[in-house]
Amino acid sequence: MPTALPPLYPITLQHGLVLGAALFSLGMIGALTKRNAIEILMSIEVMLNGVMVTFISFARHAQGPALGGQIFAIFIMTVAAAEAAVGLAIVIAVYRLRRSVAVDTVNSLQG
Amino acid sequence: MAEVAWAIPLCPLVAFVIISLGARRSPGFSAALSIVAVAVSLVLAVGVIADVLAGGHVEQSRVWIPAPAIAGPIVPLNAAALQSGAAPQPFSIGFQVDALTAVMLLVVTSISFVVQIYSLGYMRGDSGFARYYAFLSLFSMSMLGLVLANNFLALFVFWELVGLCSYLLIGHWHERPAAAEAAKKAFIVTRAGDVGLLLGVLFLYWHAGTFAFGDIAQMAADGRIPAGALTVGILLVFCGAVGKSAQFPLHVWLPDAMEGPTPVSALIHAATMVAAGVYLMARTFPILEHSSTAMAVVATIGGFTAFFAATMGLVSTDIKRVLAYSTVSQLGYMMLAIGIGAMSAGVFHLFNHAFFKALLFLCAGSVIHLVETNEMFEMGGLGRRLPLTTITMTIAALSLAGLPPLSGFWSKDEILGAALAGHPILFVLALATVGMTAFYMFRVIFLTFSGSFRGTGHVESHGEPISMALSLVILVIPSIISGFWGMPFAGNPFGRLVSGSAESTGFHPVVATSSVIVALLGIGIAWVMYGGGRIEAGAGLSARIAPLHQLLIRRYYLDDLYEWLVARVFLGIGRLAATFDAEVIDGAVNGTGALTVLIGGSLRRIQTGQVQTYAWALFAGILVLAVLLAGLRLER
Repeated sequence: MPTALPPLYPITLQHGLVLGAALFSLGMIGALTKRNAIEILMSIEVMLNGVMVTFISFARHAQGPALGGQIFAIFIMTVAAAEAAVGLAIVIAVYRLRRSVAVDTVNSLQG
Repeated sequence: MAEVAWAIPLCPLVAFVIISLGARRSPGFSAALSIVAVAVSLVLAVGVIADVLAGGHVEQSRVWIPAPAIAGPIVPLNAAALQSGAAPQPFSIGFQVDALTAVMLLVVTSISFVVQIYSLGYMRGDSGFARYYAFLSLFSMSMLGLVLANNFLALFVFWELVGLCSYLLIGHWHERPAAAEAAKKAFIVTRAGDVGLLLGVLFLYWHAGTFAFGDIAQMAADGRIPAGALTVGILLVFCGAVGKSAQFPLHVWLPDAMEGPTPVSALIHAATMVAAGVYLMARTFPILEHSSTAMAVVATIGGFTAFFAATMGLVSTDIKRVLAYSTVSQLGYMMLAIGIGAMSAGVFHLFNHAFFKALLFLCAGSVIHLVETNEMFEMGGLGRRLPLTTITMTIAALSLAGLPPLSGFWSKDEILGAALAGHPILFVLALATVGMTAFYMFRVIFLTFSGSFRGTGHVESHGEPISMALSLVILVIPSIISGFWGMPFAGNPFGRLVSGSAESTGFHPVVATSSVIVALLGIGIAWVMYGGGRIEAGAGLSARIAPLHQLLIRRYYLDDLYEWLVARVFLGIGRLAATFDAEVIDGAVNGTGALTVLIGGSLRRIQTGQVQTYAWALFAGILVLAVLLAGLRLER
């Protein structure tokens, strides 16, 4: 008689929160350190994903029907799509102007 | 007639407005208009006094500023309202006619009328002829309004108008630096007193809740105003009177005011300006008499001024200045009378003094008109050239010296009698002043009219112009007879009318005799020293007492002291304040600006334009917030 597999390790709230925080932090580090604007945009997407994971985790473990967190996640996805479109458009515009997408060369806002 | 007393100041006002609006292009018409206006006022004033003699008394008030307009953040406006929480009373404006007002109306309109007639001759051909008449009208209006006012607020308005008019008229020949400075001096010195008056009015209002003379007097009589507050309030009001009536120590402007045209001096000295201070004290006498301290102050200042000014009159060589010191001295008499409780005697002296002092000034004016100098040592022997002036001026001087039966005798003796009754020191001062007054007046008469002409150049003997001669004749009549109205033998009807009491002061044979003897002594000494126009004896005496003479000539160095005070102390304080303003206040303002620029300059360096720098700041901020929130959570 084969021994019973140990019970599947339950996914708790902490798992979700740690994953979310890790994604957010990784994204943040990327956003702060990368010079390429496209990489920064990608990092921001990762940060948004971290936030979404956090929302979903809370929604999953909340008492009763907590649709708020899930709806938020859907909203974030929508906004992220729009943001990616706008961001890429800007990046292309900047590239056309400067032949470069390195953010440290773009300092027209300097006071 | 008394019901239309408000029309009395209105007539000169109308004249002033019409002249100002365009009639001034015709000097003759302006003068005629002004004279007609004041003549109408004079007729009305006579009607009013007839009414008052028949027992009339009118007081009318209108709301001037309604209560809602003064309600607001400054409510409550007075201590009474503060305690009771009552709504503020509206400010009202109105006029009253009683014996005191009626007498003053008569004095002001009659003197103003005569002076305006006299000015026709004296000011003939002056380039500012119409302007002069416009201001004379405004001056009369202000003074008439002042005596008609039934409350402090209205009085103060007219009080300041009187000050303005005196400024304008003293400075009539403003192209002369001395006249312009005298005008400024008169305005500023009286203003120093006016500050006290304004404070006093507000102080009394704070405690009484009303500006009306009658109401305040009633509250003072009922003891509803604290004694200390009453003393402070009325003494502050007295400050105004000290400035206007040229009492020590604010007398310095009056001798300088001689720079104005002589008829203006007559008007200022007799009726419209300096009389205002005495009138104010007489009007507020029902309030004043409830504070014995204030009474003593008024009496002392008055008595001292009477003596002090007379000493300066002894040595002055300017004919108009002698008269000016005499005015200051006589005003001191009036204040003395009010201070010792003989209010009606003071007003009586004001009444008599107005006529003979106006006459003296107009006589001096006709002398100056002839010789074109004020220096008495350059006159002499003018009696033959100006017989009418000589006679009228001698009569006026005798009246001022207080010889019976001329008008000055009656009022002066009433004051002296009242002083003897309880104030021996003041009596002695006043008696000494009688002697000095007689001396300096006859010094003027002898130096001017007797002996031979000492001046240089040829003086044309043209006599007095007709309008001037007429004025002198008009004024000599009241100078002789006005005193009979207050004669003790007739029961002193004037005193009973003004004071409203039935009893009359008696005749003091001792006082009368001694004052006449002292006056004759003064005239005698003047005759010995200056009779026949001799000046050697006077010069010898002044050389022998040189330090004292110098002290008097320099007016006790008070003018120098004030000049030093203003030029050194006040200007020094002013400069200090200016430096403080420029360095400290402006420094703070400029420093704030410089600091802002500095901070901005250093902060702009963090604006790098690097997106990632901003992002770093953003996340650092979030981190700080997170730590703070966590800390808060832990504390709970």
